[in-house]
Amino acid sequence: MKFSQAWKLALQSILGSKMRSFLTMLGMIIGVASVITLLGLVTGVTNYLVDQFADMGTNMVTVSVFPTDTRKVEVEDIYNFAKEHDDIFIGVTPNVTANYTVKNGSTSMTTSVIGAGEDYLDINTMDLSSGRFIQYADIANRYEACVIGTYVVNELFDGKVTLGDTVKINGKIFTIVGIQEEQADSEEGSKDDRIYIPYSIATRLSQSSDISSYTFATTNTDYSDQAKELLDNYLYGIMKNEELYQVISMTELLDVINQMTTMLSAVLGGIAGISLLVAGIGIMNIMLVSVVERTKEIGIRKSLGAKKRDIMSQFVIEAITISTTGGIIGIILGSIATNVLGKAFGIEAAPTTGAILLAFGVSAGIGICFGYMPANKAAKLNPIDALRSE
Amino acid sequence: MISEQIYDKTKVPLIQLIDIQKIYKMGSTEVRANDGISLEIMEGEFVAIVGKSGSGKSTIMNIIGALDVPTSGQYILKGLDVSKMKNDALAEVRNKTIGFIFQQYNLLTKQNLLENVELPLLYAGIHKRERKQLAMEALERVGIEDKWRNFPNQLSGGQQQRGAVARALVGKPSLILADEPTGALDSRTSRELLDFLKQLNEEGNTIVLITHDRSVAEEARRIVTLKDGKITFDGAVEEYRKQVLL
Repeated sequence: MKFSQAWKLALQSILGSKMRSFLTMLGMIIGVASVITLLGLVTGVTNYLVDQFADMGTNMVTVSVFPTDTRKVEVEDIYNFAKEHDDIFIGVTPNVTANYTVKNGSTSMTTSVIGAGEDYLDINTMDLSSGRFIQYADIANRYEACVIGTYVVNELFDGKVTLGDTVKINGKIFTIVGIQEEQADSEEGSKDDRIYIPYSIATRLSQSSDISSYTFATTNTDYSDQAKELLDNYLYGIMKNEELYQVISMTELLDVINQMTTMLSAVLGGIAGISLLVAGIGIMNIMLVSVVERTKEIGIRKSLGAKKRDIMSQFVIEAITISTTGGIIGIILGSIATNVLGKAFGIEAAPTTGAILLAFGVSAGIGICFGYMPANKAAKLNPIDALRSE
Repeated sequence: MISEQIYDKTKVPLIQLIDIQKIYKMGSTEVRANDGISLEIMEGEFVAIVGKSGSGKSTIMNIIGALDVPTSGQYILKGLDVSKMKNDALAEVRNKTIGFIFQQYNLLTKQNLLENVELPLLYAGIHKRERKQLAMEALERVGIEDKWRNFPNQLSGGQQQRGAVARALVGKPSLILADEPTGALDSRTSRELLDFLKQLNEEGNTIVLITHDRSVAEEARRIVTLKDGKITFDGAVEEYRKQVLL
């Protein structure tokens, strides 16, 4: 008997009891849809997180120091260290960030004020639309210069600002020496909602004399591990205690995120996979019932010359048809659910090809595996006994 | 397929049963359903096998119909030794050589009449178009070609049995095996069916009819009676009538 014929028989039988077939499929539909939706959402979240971190720069290594009375790291030492290893590091900048009230005349806003070193621009691969960035001289002389982001320009200056204008940051007057090029559509809270000032002044504004955090940029992402090791050794030499400093490279963080989300998708996928297993058992159950109900039919077919493989393929194909039809409906519903939920959560989630192939493969596989046992039972029936049954 | 071309089929019997024994084990006791049956049926014969229930006629019908194999003895059908065949080989013998007519018609309820008649051809691997044509021819032969689209539950008992006959004929089998074919029919349709079987026999078909009903058996030309798994009579219908009268 040809495959097309066996398939036609399977369809006839499935359509012959629509409600039962649908209920059998339902398990498959739910299982497949949940696998696809969960994996799609996890992938969406992963991409979102990775994007966020990649925006910060994957070649960054952040150092935090917790100084004691006797042991501390001077800014100069850090700069010198970066210069010594300029084959690895593009540069370094201290991180002194705080939120302050900023005023232009009577207009005021709160924004993030970043104390930057002269390398900050290179490290963060930023550009200016006009003017210059904070320079070494500004830092050394504690000159009250600032570079402002486009959101600040829009908010404080109504979009029109000239170099040399001044702003008041926490009550101190700063001269605008540069304007940052727009980076994120001038949105509130974005990289455009910032003011850069010399770090030497920032430490004063924050009334803490020590700088506790630095960001190094490596010349190449591949150097991250090497850079981390160098910094570890260097800082251990000064602080003599691993507890007093911390070196985190962005690639390391990305690895951790990837590990976590991979684990998350494995766990969620596994849970959804259990529902696929249950669906498979449901199909097997129905097929077993179907074999018993159709004993007479099997007997008739056998008496007319159906071989073992004919009966076998009829039932296996029926099981596969049920499971893959359920699988396809599940894929469609799962894809819709992924997009809808993704939008609701504000992430870009799409069903992954991997998840779709996996779900389809598993559903077809379940049809074969769980259809085999009932089909085998049917194929093994003795034609005489089968004919005699009612 | 375990097959041996043992005889030249033009000169030898179509069916040759040699000392057939069929023993069923029921717990510790053995039931000898067939106890040394030997029988030859030539091509073109119309034989009725008669017996009460428990006489072993169903068992011998299963063996002749290649639905079962004997415990011992040899069954040669159309020159092939069927008695040692495995399931799939038996299926092929049933498909190619035997046309069954059952008491309960045994049509598939979810398939229409045409699809039912096509079934043996389907398992013979015959192509769709030819299948349809042969099945329609068979339905014309039994005179219900206009009902081909109907499902069995839309047909009368007589029409269903005709459908079953068409299904038995469609593969042009060497042997038509009818198991209590009139059992579920009223007297008028029974008469029609028996006349049709006679006609088929006159056209050269070999027919073996299994029945418990003497009047039905007497429609055949040769009668074999069974009792307790053994043949008690084997001869022409005229002789049988005489014996019954005695």
